[in-house]
Amino acid sequence: MMGAWSYQHRKAIAHAVGRLLRQPLGTLLSALVVGIALALPAGGFVLVDNVASLARGVTGSPEISLYLSLDATDADVAEIESRLRKQDALSAVQFVPRDVALKQLADNGLADVLDGLERNPLPHAFIVTPRQEDPALFEQLHQTFAAWPKIDHVQLDAAWVQRMHSLLALVELGVSLLAALLGAALVIITFNTIRLQILTQRAEIDVTRLLGATDAFIRRPFYWLGCLQGLLGGLVAWAIVTGSISLLRGSVESLAQAYGAVFALNGPNPTQVAGLLVVAVTLGWLGTALSVRRHLRESE
Amino acid sequence: MIVFEQVSKRYPGGHEALSEVSFELRHGELVVLSGHSGAGKSTLLKMIPVLERPTSGRVLINNQDISHLPRAGIPYLRRSLGLMLQDNRLLYDRNVFDNIVLPLVIGGMAPKDAARRVHAALERVGLGGRDQEMPIGLSGGEQQRVAIARAIVKRPSILIADEPTAHLDAAYAHEIAELFQSFKSVGVTVIVCTHDPALFAETRPRRLVLRHGKLIEGAE
Repeated sequence: MMGAWSYQHRKAIAHAVGRLLRQPLGTLLSALVVGIALALPAGGFVLVDNVASLARGVTGSPEISLYLSLDATDADVAEIESRLRKQDALSAVQFVPRDVALKQLADNGLADVLDGLERNPLPHAFIVTPRQEDPALFEQLHQTFAAWPKIDHVQLDAAWVQRMHSLLALVELGVSLLAALLGAALVIITFNTIRLQILTQRAEIDVTRLLGATDAFIRRPFYWLGCLQGLLGGLVAWAIVTGSISLLRGSVESLAQAYGAVFALNGPNPTQVAGLLVVAVTLGWLGTALSVRRHLRESE
Repeated sequence: MIVFEQVSKRYPGGHEALSEVSFELRHGELVVLSGHSGAGKSTLLKMIPVLERPTSGRVLINNQDISHLPRAGIPYLRRSLGLMLQDNRLLYDRNVFDNIVLPLVIGGMAPKDAARRVHAALERVGLGGRDQEMPIGLSGGEQQRVAIARAIVKRPSILIADEPTAHLDAAYAHEIAELFQSFKSVGVTVIVCTHDPALFAETRPRRLVLRHGKLIEGAE
């Protein structure tokens, strides 16, 4: 029984492949339309991924500075350091004594100004590095530290990281919307292709129905056809995205070097390629399912 | 085996194709159904594979009432029948083998067994060795034989043929008629609808005659 089932699928696949090969121009055009529709969001996601990794590289590890009150004693410093070291969310804690801060300021060319001061106006400070670049975590740590005694001011040294994350999230949302719209277009394209196939195979459908074919048997070749068309479109999209990135890579690297940065534009990784193909096949299947459900009933 | 009980069929618009038709066919009978054009022959035949449903009355096959058979059950009923409807309904983009094997593929038969059955059916209709030819290259009579081979390849216990000798010259028509008569000898119930019952007269088949939707001969 299993052999017969797989034989029926092999037959259905051969039938679908035969249909695609018998109409090479139509197959090519469909694959190009589906491929271009998929390449736009797929390329968008790959670019967002590249920009995110660039942002990580440029900012290094964002830090938080904690400035203590001027009246903070050594005991207060020890207490705060102890609290900081118990924080699992932090990967590094560095204490900057007020004398060291003053010296750093003097070394930076402000020695004349500082010489005129009666006493050191700078407080003790801690510079801490969170383990994750999560804006929510930064905000949470900011509020926690600000509530501690003898903490005068908490400064997020990489506030723009948060803005960058927000911007990337916005771009990602835009690309997702584009993907949804073009995905719907792909479903409609497949729906129409299968509708035309059903119309041209009307006689065959009638005969198989007469000979005792179930709906599942009749639908099977169409499902394979829709999925194969989706797969071909996915492969075209992969080729477009990879080709475009290859073309852009040199120019982008030159631009990055001009700004003193090292940046390589990466193409889709194997997981992203697999995801693209799965989405393409799934959308092809969905378009087919909608089409056969509607048109096979009509043809009875 | 096949029972029609007071079967009537009225189409939308009011035309009554069948009117209270009743008869019973036994296992292994050869039945020739005849009547003028529009008498209701095709409508009657189409009720057996549920291509049409009665407006009233019942159709039973092996004691099962198929008049109200659910849609999902229809394919399985059709698989048990050998059907040859008007025009041979061959698929002209497939070769003879692929046309004949279709009912077996639909039924889920293993490919090797199916191939054996196809070759046996082709031998039976006198087309042995021509399985790779395309139907378009065959004569009208040969195409009819391919359609018969497709109908008998499942070895059905009921064979239904609607005008199997239509559009054939006398020699071909006689050959086809002989073929159908031979199925009776192996226990197949054969129902043939024809304008020319004399073709089948040799084996003294049971005759059903319809006129304006009413069965006027052969009820008993």
